[in-house]
Amino acid sequence: MMGSENQGFEEAHLFASREEMENLVLDEPLSNHNNHQNNNSYSSYRSATSSISDTTHHPLSPPILATPADSDPLLSPPLYRNLNASDNNSYIEPPSYSDVIFSPFDENSVNEINGLDSPSKNPESSLTLSRSPSSSSDYVKITVSNPKKEQETANSLVPGGNTYYTYLITTRTNIPEFGSSEFSVRRRFRDVVTLSDRLAEAYRGYFIPPRPDKNVVESQVMQKQEFVEQRRVALEKYLRRLAEHPVIGLSDELKVFLQVEGRLPLATSTDVASRMLDGAVKLPKQLFGESTAVVAPHEVVQPAKGGRDLLRLFKELKQSVANDWGGSKPPVVEEDKLFMEKKEWIHDLEQQLSNASQQAEALVKAQQDMGETMGELGLAFIKLTKFENEEAIFNPQRVRAADMKCLATAAVKASRFYRELNAQTVKHLDTLHEYLGLMLAVHGAFSDRSSALLTVQTLLSELSTLHSRAEKLEAASSKIFGGDKSRVRKIEELKETIRVTEDAKNVAIREYERIKENNRCELERLDNERRADFLNMLKGFVVNQVGYAEKISNVWAKVAEETSGYAKDSS
Amino acid sequence: MITSQRSLTGSSQSPRSPPSQPYLSVSVMDPVKLGNGVQAYISYRVITKTNFPEYQGPEKIVIRRYSDFVWLRDRLFEKYKGFFIPPLPEKSAVEKFRFSAEFIEMRRQALDVFVNRIASHSELQQSEDLRTFLQADEETMERLRSLETGIFKKKPADLMQMFKDVQSKVSDVVLGKEKPVEESNPEYEKLKHYVFELENHLAEAQKHAYRLVKRHRELGQSLSDFGKAAKLLGACEGQAVGKAFSEIGAKSETLAAKLQKEAHQLLMNFEEPLKDYVRAVQSIKATIGERANAFRQQCELAETMKLKEINLDKLMLTRSERVREAEHEYKELKEESEEATRRFETIVRLMSEEIVRFQEQKTQDMGIAFHEFARGQARMANNIADAWRSLLPKLEACSA
Repeated sequence: MMGSENQGFEEAHLFASREEMENLVLDEPLSNHNNHQNNNSYSSYRSATSSISDTTHHPLSPPILATPADSDPLLSPPLYRNLNASDNNSYIEPPSYSDVIFSPFDENSVNEINGLDSPSKNPESSLTLSRSPSSSSDYVKITVSNPKKEQETANSLVPGGNTYYTYLITTRTNIPEFGSSEFSVRRRFRDVVTLSDRLAEAYRGYFIPPRPDKNVVESQVMQKQEFVEQRRVALEKYLRRLAEHPVIGLSDELKVFLQVEGRLPLATSTDVASRMLDGAVKLPKQLFGESTAVVAPHEVVQPAKGGRDLLRLFKELKQSVANDWGGSKPPVVEEDKLFMEKKEWIHDLEQQLSNASQQAEALVKAQQDMGETMGELGLAFIKLTKFENEEAIFNPQRVRAADMKCLATAAVKASRFYRELNAQTVKHLDTLHEYLGLMLAVHGAFSDRSSALLTVQTLLSELSTLHSRAEKLEAASSKIFGGDKSRVRKIEELKETIRVTEDAKNVAIREYERIKENNRCELERLDNERRADFLNMLKGFVVNQVGYAEKISNVWAKVAEETSGYAKDSS
Repeated sequence: MITSQRSLTGSSQSPRSPPSQPYLSVSVMDPVKLGNGVQAYISYRVITKTNFPEYQGPEKIVIRRYSDFVWLRDRLFEKYKGFFIPPLPEKSAVEKFRFSAEFIEMRRQALDVFVNRIASHSELQQSEDLRTFLQADEETMERLRSLETGIFKKKPADLMQMFKDVQSKVSDVVLGKEKPVEESNPEYEKLKHYVFELENHLAEAQKHAYRLVKRHRELGQSLSDFGKAAKLLGACEGQAVGKAFSEIGAKSETLAAKLQKEAHQLLMNFEEPLKDYVRAVQSIKATIGERANAFRQQCELAETMKLKEINLDKLMLTRSERVREAEHEYKELKEESEEATRRFETIVRLMSEEIVRFQEQKTQDMGIAFHEFARGQARMANNIADAWRSLLPKLEACSA
């Protein structure tokens, strides 16, 4: 039985490093293939899984896949079906769940076997290379790659110029609206900010995925390479989420961003400072009645905050204070009880999600640690085995060495399984984290709603003020026989102002209703998608646990069998 | 549970064996905390069952505490040089931990193993001190125990020897012979090297085993926390999804409990045997020390004897009156020297027998430990698989 005991250890590097362990050629390979092939497969696993433990990666973000699903390692399902058939009957139905998880990076096979269609709802699906060819669903696949350092050409205050990074953004799609099936552009982060701002303006009330942070501090403090890579990953995630949104994914803004080469043809967001400056310049004129003191209808569709019209900003601020502290009820209020309940519920959901996300992170860490320590234990025993074999004088030593090797081999195998399990767990439970991030978008949409409401309230208040002023003037003017030329003129002006303000009010109300409707649709979409995604996630998580637990159990069952001779002695 | 050491001492090599099989079997049970505050300690019930004629009866129960076991070990170490005296569990842990249920149980188990190893060792089981330990009443035991503390442990002869050792060490240094005298036996060198290296390897393995126990606990804890969070999220979500989360949460909590249990099993049946192995190796190191002492004594006496012989010849030549005295001294010295040589050779012989026994015993012990480890891991993994698998139809129903 143990004749070949030394053979495996010629290649074994007996240092307690994980890389060494991955290179171990074990006597009993997992599959029936030869050891050489084992090495290759394990090294590709190593590249995938080591990214989890090597880097200071956020445990819940998906691993950076060195090799995507199409370079499936040798551990493909049919192989395992053979191996498993010989095991005793521990599976509830063929194919066993352990078969399922052994195409580790192919999410879709999990879903297919579970009888689920895997539409765009699944946030993780964007990580797989493509949907199943049989499905006729539309897709947009975006990749961000190839960061390059470039020079700011014009208007550089600093001689030598500002440098910045651009990223290559490649899109593959079968959606006809894009006009082409594959295209690339180069964009810098500033362009992404612009895109995000334009979308926020155009799609008020929608749950717009939040863009990556500017990370000003981090960009100074971190290593350039690391920071650029971190940003590249974040950008990719962001763009993919945008593309998945049923409305925003087809927006002009996004299309233009992805397709138009050269300079991004979207209006840039001017600095808050210069906006404030513009507003400050206008304010005196507004107060003295030279410039228009009335907000134009077309401006009403944007919130006052962040706009150039400081006077409007002040008016809305005054209204908002009156809402909160004033004696009387504002002219119109949020009436939708359903909405208010939903809003509270969302708040609660967010808390629970946050909690669950944290605990999921801790769980992942614990699984990871288990795998690592198991592996270290295995390595320690391998060293012991080698030692006993080398120094053996008595036969019991050799027997013991063989027993140790049996245990060590199993421990190393189990360790690998734990870490694979963990890689999968991370991807599944990441869904929690994704939805937590989405809560930001929800808050944004809700605040769109409340600013629109505030605008309506402000305009209504203003109208009522204007009307009462007009009444007073008319009353005063009617007392004078023959009319009061100056007063009449004033009344005319006032009537004009009232008309414009009425128009603005109508536009504002329309906008408010539009946003309310967007909120409602998005909430419904959120509910449906979230429920489906969570169910998927839970199923995936459980299937994973079952599959790997079965594998690990088999590994140890073998050892228990091989050491069963000792069992006779113990009670 | 390691119970192999409680095997019956069936095959005794004594030719005058009584008709029924001789046996000596001991149990260490029922740890009870006695005393107050700083003086608190744990006492154990030691139950002896035997048909050895030297013993007072077929069954005897006494109360012993840890320091009593230490006394026994020390006495055996003194009297049975060359034998590998079974190791004792460590003296004391951190104060806080000293009375934890787990620590007490581990210690009890280790003490049980200790006594039974002595009881099943063909030579050690004959020890008078063992009989005292197993049968003496508590007051006697306490008296004996207090005699053994510190320097009073040594008998006058030993004290003399200690003094001589120091003396010779000093003279060695003075004469420039700093290096202690050592055997030049390549096989023995190899053995010593083996023992020292083995301790290192084992200590490392034991360290990882202990960490593994911790990991089980941590995984259990995190599963439990995750379960709670999932249940809360499920309550919030409601509907099918909510139900799914609640099920997952409940299952996680169940599994967390199983993990904690397995952690305990792992500690008792895998980590403890490994620690025991380490202690055993340390005990061998102590014996190696004894052998070195014995060797040194033998060499010194041999040398002193040579000097005395030369002196005697000188005296005989000069027909001094002190010849008789010198002859007498020489004869005494010769006896001492022969005694020392005998002692040393006994140790050498015993060690070579003991090492064989040791290797056999350890293969046995480790085999059992590995078996239990593997069984435990397989059982735990099966539990996990079964638990999660049972959820799958429910999850299917939720998404239907």
